[in-house]
Amino acid sequence: MDRFVFLTVDGLAHGAVLAVFALALVLIWRAARVVNFAQGAMAVATAYVAASITEATGSYWLGFVGALVAGLALGVAVERGVMRLVDHRAPLNPVIVALGLVLLIQAVLGMLYGNEYRPIGAPLSRTALDVWGVPAVSRFDLFVFGTVAALVGLLALLFTRTGLGLRMRAAAFAPEVSRLLGVNVAGMLTVGWALASAAGALAALLTVPTGLGLHPTAMDLVFVSAFTGAVIGGLDSPVGAVIGGVGVGLLVSYVTGYVGGDLASLAVAGLLVAVLLVRPGGLVATASARRA
Amino acid sequence: MSDPLLKVEDLTAGYGAAPVLRDVRFAMSDGQITAVLGANGAGKTTLLRTLSGLVRPTGGRILFDGEPLDGVPPHRLVRRGLVHVPEGRGVIGELTVAENLRLGGVWRRDRAGEARSLAEVLDLFPEIARRRRHAAHQLSGGERQMLALGRALMARPRLLLLDEPSLGLAPRITAQVMALLRQWRDATGLAVLLVEQNVRSALSVADNAAVMSLGRVVVTAPAAQLRDDEDLRHTYLGF
Repeated sequence: MDRFVFLTVDGLAHGAVLAVFALALVLIWRAARVVNFAQGAMAVATAYVAASITEATGSYWLGFVGALVAGLALGVAVERGVMRLVDHRAPLNPVIVALGLVLLIQAVLGMLYGNEYRPIGAPLSRTALDVWGVPAVSRFDLFVFGTVAALVGLLALLFTRTGLGLRMRAAAFAPEVSRLLGVNVAGMLTVGWALASAAGALAALLTVPTGLGLHPTAMDLVFVSAFTGAVIGGLDSPVGAVIGGVGVGLLVSYVTGYVGGDLASLAVAGLLVAVLLVRPGGLVATASARRA
Repeated sequence: MSDPLLKVEDLTAGYGAAPVLRDVRFAMSDGQITAVLGANGAGKTTLLRTLSGLVRPTGGRILFDGEPLDGVPPHRLVRRGLVHVPEGRGVIGELTVAENLRLGGVWRRDRAGEARSLAEVLDLFPEIARRRRHAAHQLSGGERQMLALGRALMARPRLLLLDEPSLGLAPRITAQVMALLRQWRDATGLAVLLVEQNVRSALSVADNAAVMSLGRVVVTAPAAQLRDDEDLRHTYLGF
């Protein structure tokens, strides 16, 4: 029983981070029809910003806020400075450019900070607290759940309750019509990239302390898992991204705990194939509404 | 007579090498409904797309309210009162009816005025008002046309560019749409540039008409004259 509780909480915490990262991928996919393969590298870059600020000021929280701001700025820079210049008529072009960005960002980070793992401490204790006598959840886990819930809630409010959210959704669904209605579609795209990049930064902040440490490739595995989660959920659906991310997190945790870590990736691939066989558009597919 | 609301001078535009519009010239003033008639491929839709900034002109000038429009992006034109309802109506099916309507005035800063516009539009289209919470893709063709019109009116337009509002609609609904246009024009002084294949229904509502052929405006005349003068009708409209 203890083991099951531990694996579930651990899977949920990891899954929450994957959900945020998948959500960031979905944000950009919906706005630009591009899978941002550079998202992992971009997120690591902001985590380095956080580490530098924390080192200079001694404050973890200044670094935390600094990374989110850096995430917003990096998203704007990548969209305005790189992606906007790419010819999107062939879908492969932005993918290749994004992969090039990965190499560029990782190389620059390596030159600036070195290619060693740099241990990053968690801001809160990672020792599990007892709940009814069972060691269940650590303060850091609670912090992860709280931050992820806050982010998901804020994004949901933004998209369903505000004029900006309405403009962003309209621009994604029908760019030309939106322009005719007074929506600055190019501007909405920039906002989308900024938000997604900041969400990616948050995911990096929440996951790097639980791994080997900070490294230019530290988010690569997270990217792969989150991308899988986003596809399982349905790339078009923010709700699907959260479900897919949490699902992959739980599956990895259970398989690692009960069967063995070697099989975790295989299990995730199996889940992906199974879901796509049954529902090719992902669990939360919106294809029917789109074509009506 | 004051300056015309819209003045088009020697407008040339197209996609790629071959121009679709050649030296198009016409003018219209506030409160006027002008029908643009002509066969398929005459350049009617391209004319609207050029006026609303979706297609870049390669020559000539567009003056709206006395000011040139070259290089002004579409989303800024809406703020000046030039609103384009595209062919197929452009209702966003993924959004609800209420969201579509809100989108029409989403750039506006005056919340009170926006609420007033919404009340007016809902008053004008009771069947839309009843279905506010539905997804827009659930609406019928006629309801979509009403929604697209209502959404355009949310922007308080001075000039409405309408591309084939009768497309796919039953004659009764088309007549209803045309009557609404007239009513709104009489109430607000709105000007309408109406592109139509349905010549009879367009001439029934328009004050003036411009006939296009192969990218040029070949004749402009009062709508009544085109309706009643058999020679003119034979020559330019073929019936």
